[in-house]
Amino acid sequence: MRVRALTMRIFRQFMRDRRTLALLFVAPIFILTLVYFIFGGPGSAPKIGTAGLPDTIAGALRASSADIVPYDSAAAARSALDERKLDAVLAVTEGKPTLLLEGSDPSRSRAVLLAVSTMQRTSAATVFQPDIAYLHGKPGMSSFDAFGPVMIGFFSFFFVFLLAGVAFLRERTTGTMERLMATPIRRHEVVLGYLGGFGLFAILQSALVACFAIYALGMFMSGSIWLILLVNLLLTLTALTLGTLLSAFAGSEFQIIQFVPIVIVPQAFFSGLFPLDGMSAWLHKLTYLMPLYYGGEALRGVMIRGEGFGGIGVEVGALLGFSLLFAALNVIALKKQRAI
Amino acid sequence: MKIGGSSNESGETYAAVGNNDAFSLEIEGVSRSFGDRMILREVSLRIGRGELFGLLGPSGSGKTTLIKLITGIDAADEGRIAILGERVPSLPLLGRIGYMAQADALYGELTAKENLMFFGAMFGLGGSRLTERIGATLATVGLAQEAGKLVSRFSGGMKRRLSLAVALLHEPELLILDEPTVGIDPALRVSIWTSLLALRERGTTIVLTTHVMDEAERCDRIGLLREGSLTAVGHPDALKARTGAATIEEAFIRLGGDRA
Repeated sequence: MRVRALTMRIFRQFMRDRRTLALLFVAPIFILTLVYFIFGGPGSAPKIGTAGLPDTIAGALRASSADIVPYDSAAAARSALDERKLDAVLAVTEGKPTLLLEGSDPSRSRAVLLAVSTMQRTSAATVFQPDIAYLHGKPGMSSFDAFGPVMIGFFSFFFVFLLAGVAFLRERTTGTMERLMATPIRRHEVVLGYLGGFGLFAILQSALVACFAIYALGMFMSGSIWLILLVNLLLTLTALTLGTLLSAFAGSEFQIIQFVPIVIVPQAFFSGLFPLDGMSAWLHKLTYLMPLYYGGEALRGVMIRGEGFGGIGVEVGALLGFSLLFAALNVIALKKQRAI
Repeated sequence: MKIGGSSNESGETYAAVGNNDAFSLEIEGVSRSFGDRMILREVSLRIGRGELFGLLGPSGSGKTTLIKLITGIDAADEGRIAILGERVPSLPLLGRIGYMAQADALYGELTAKENLMFFGAMFGLGGSRLTERIGATLATVGLAQEAGKLVSRFSGGMKRRLSLAVALLHEPELLILDEPTVGIDPALRVSIWTSLLALRERGTTIVLTTHVMDEAERCDRIGLLREGSLTAVGHPDALKARTGAATIEEAFIRLGGDRA
């Protein structure tokens, strides 16, 4: 009953704090949209210069939403590519088709490749197999689709961490924690009540952010939405328990903010937003201590590789473990508020 | 004799000042330090059932620390404290204590009634019993008309009264109030004191801290705390007689509690 009352209280407080609700629900959507536009929304169709292309192929290419700019010779097209007027050049020289990608922007490259492969599928021209080369960069560079899933997890983690930390802290600074501790509530009931109250909003937020990214922004998604929600929920529970735990060591809202560069930023580095291949081995091992790494891996696995529950079992287990560990430490840390 | 059974025997123990086998609160040799600063040193005190006890002392004398030790929120370094015959700290005991801290400690985003519902649930109250108690306590503190109002829109005095209502909600046998009337206008102070005296009539033991001397006069006994030690305990008149002072304020100064 106490847990339920605490859950209800947090729910009510939340519903009356519009600004916080906005931060929780609108801010991730806003930032995700920004990132989407910066790192390659569908935006404009890829610009492909062509030379010596059969009409049927050119038609099929145009149909697969590419902007076709015909050139008289492959050399003319090539110089336009050098001037960055084109995203790619598709030319047939001496009967051999070649696709040369500009390559400095992975999202543009992928758009070109997508257009070409769509063309191959839709036209009967499956025999039309161009050699693919890059002017700059190399194939397989990551972009929004690649780090989008990690960002979904990151936002849920970041905002829930911040809100839970501040809410728990405010309970201490306003004296309501002391008053709560002067009632027969048990320490674990406090932690469970917080999990309940914030968990409600964490579920809603994860669902909203994930659905917005997938259905509104069209983020690449090949797995189950329910698995995404599960991983995101576990990630936010970890953020919740970590936030309330660390707030025990903060004296003001400002000190909670100070945890951001210490706790959140390193996790962002290790979460898979940035390639870790070049990192020395001992440093690389730090990733195993980062909840966001597991969350990011699982989200990417489901969204990009279409993995099922079996494929992300380790990550789910790790997140669950983190939540339980932090919750237990929370119960112990509450001893600072009351001896028993 | 067993003290503090589950039934409320307060009817018989009313005004049991000096009645040695009916203590609501026993403090024995309690000391508490923070770092190398000693806040309380070997404080011993016994408060009888149904007694209204006032704790006086200048700021920083250790009143609030002593209050927190009594509730069990903080733990003493040395000595023992027992409430209603049971050792502190104890969770079940917290259900029999009403505590009002110096800070109002209310949830501003909730209405007065929702605050009471929340704290009521913490004390295991529910259903019609909770509704009835909320109505009764709101009436006691004169906030019945404001039940549905958000606490963030309350004035300071209203918050103080609601805070008192929270402490009264579960009909505690021992009421611990840290400066209950600070920042409250005179008319309201009179009404709060009327409530407190009525509670004492019904057998509730009340321990409160105060800075206001005429409030001290109304206590059954007062204790003067100075630099962490209880320097004098007794009926206000007895303390005045002992020091030859005309007012409790004068007695307070003569007993060395003058450093505000």
